[in-house]
Amino acid sequence: MLNQFVLGLKCRVCGKTYPKQPLNFCTEDFGPLEVEYDNAAIRTAVDRDDVERRPRTMWRYRELLPIDAEPTVGSHVGGTPLIRADRLAEDLGVETLWIKNDAVNFPTLSFKDRVVAVALSKAREFGFKTVGCASTGNLANSVAANAAAAGLEAYILVPADLERAKILGTSVYGAKLVLVQGTYDDVNRLCSQIALKFHMGLVNVNLRPFYAEGSKTVGFEIAEDLGWRVPRHVVVPMAGGSLIGKIYKAFQELKRLGWVEDATCSMYGAQATGCNPIADAVKNGRERHRPIRRPNTICKSLAIGDPADGYFAARLIRETGGWAEDVSDDEISEAMYLLGRTEGIFAETAGGVTVAVARKLIEQGKLPRDEEIVLCITGNGLKTQDAVASVVEEPIVIQPTLEAFEPLLREPVLT
Amino acid sequence: MPIQVHIPSPLRDQTHGQTTVQVQGASVKDALDDLCRQFPGLTAKLFDKGEVKPFLNLYLNDEDIRYLDNLATVTKDGDELSIIPAVAGG
Repeated sequence: MLNQFVLGLKCRVCGKTYPKQPLNFCTEDFGPLEVEYDNAAIRTAVDRDDVERRPRTMWRYRELLPIDAEPTVGSHVGGTPLIRADRLAEDLGVETLWIKNDAVNFPTLSFKDRVVAVALSKAREFGFKTVGCASTGNLANSVAANAAAAGLEAYILVPADLERAKILGTSVYGAKLVLVQGTYDDVNRLCSQIALKFHMGLVNVNLRPFYAEGSKTVGFEIAEDLGWRVPRHVVVPMAGGSLIGKIYKAFQELKRLGWVEDATCSMYGAQATGCNPIADAVKNGRERHRPIRRPNTICKSLAIGDPADGYFAARLIRETGGWAEDVSDDEISEAMYLLGRTEGIFAETAGGVTVAVARKLIEQGKLPRDEEIVLCITGNGLKTQDAVASVVEEPIVIQPTLEAFEPLLREPVLT
Repeated sequence: MPIQVHIPSPLRDQTHGQTTVQVQGASVKDALDDLCRQFPGLTAKLFDKGEVKPFLNLYLNDEDIRYLDNLATVTKDGDELSIIPAVAGG
């Protein structure tokens, strides 16, 4: 049994506090609830040296996560590589570029394994036997896999037009997969209604305050891998707009603990032009995003037209001196190919969005060329292969002879 | 036939436990006004300075009213209006 570091939940709008419970909104003003920690207790319980001695998973930061006992789900999640991306840096014309590569997160190859590990561990603490989620795909894969391993029954709701790889990559784990004829936002609304009516742990509905905290581990890992240092600029893909805020929150928590000296960091948000409510709010100085009824982009994982954290993400970007941009489907595919051929990383469409937006922000002068930049790659290209089919070089078919092969060599060197 | 308003569980202490309430009104605004007339405690829960609170979504027959005419959206007999907390997903 660990010490209990979670004090309860607190409304981000009015500050009203609640005891720990599966609840995502304030009953006074419906604002989002966030986990409140006993920071003094955390500071005396753990330090940087303790963390460094633990296995390289997200749970090395367990005191900073909202579970009361040892984690019971997703014990191998996290600890993904932070890669120095010199070849991509050269292409983009910047000095220092890193890639946080959650395309190789375990078990389902996206950052969602982090939030699900927390949410399902928490679901068990609350005694739920049935769990579920509203998803654009990656979360579906992760809830299904982690629930299977934990022996929990799972109901996964997704838009019916999801990529086949993400559908099969959910069904294979034995989850009840429900294809909803509508947009992600329709799915989300339905899941809110389900959570209000049935006793289920929906990871991104009633478990959302706990779930979202799992994303902080992306930020903790980046800072630790930089030698307990916070990078000056971070580019993050935005769907619901939660991840970007949690990475920033992670840096601020490390500063408060004294584990990093400085947490000055500008946050940059990346979206697809076909679904850009948060980038639009930032670029046009709107306090609140305008929801998009019919998202239209190959980047389905970011196709949330009415992002729950849109307001907070846009505010954070403004307050940290960052910016947001959006890119076309062609730019997304091209950037996926660029990342693949410069760094050997096959990211899903959201990774293409992040790389393409970074390029755009560099060209605009919004991202300085001479300061350290981290790009967050959150999902794996094997799940969205069709998106690159039109941009990669066609393979060459030959007869099995030297004569056929030799003309293909650019600079033949004989043995 | 009047409009049915579906009340989410956190607001039912204001409606004496009723899960649906029948109201009259030619628009979403009228319907909500009638709802608040019947249950005055709801006014402060739903509205802030005359606007629907930012973290609440309203759906007329499962369509978000922001994609219709917002509070001015015309209603007809038999319509269903749902009040749903917005902070979910992602």
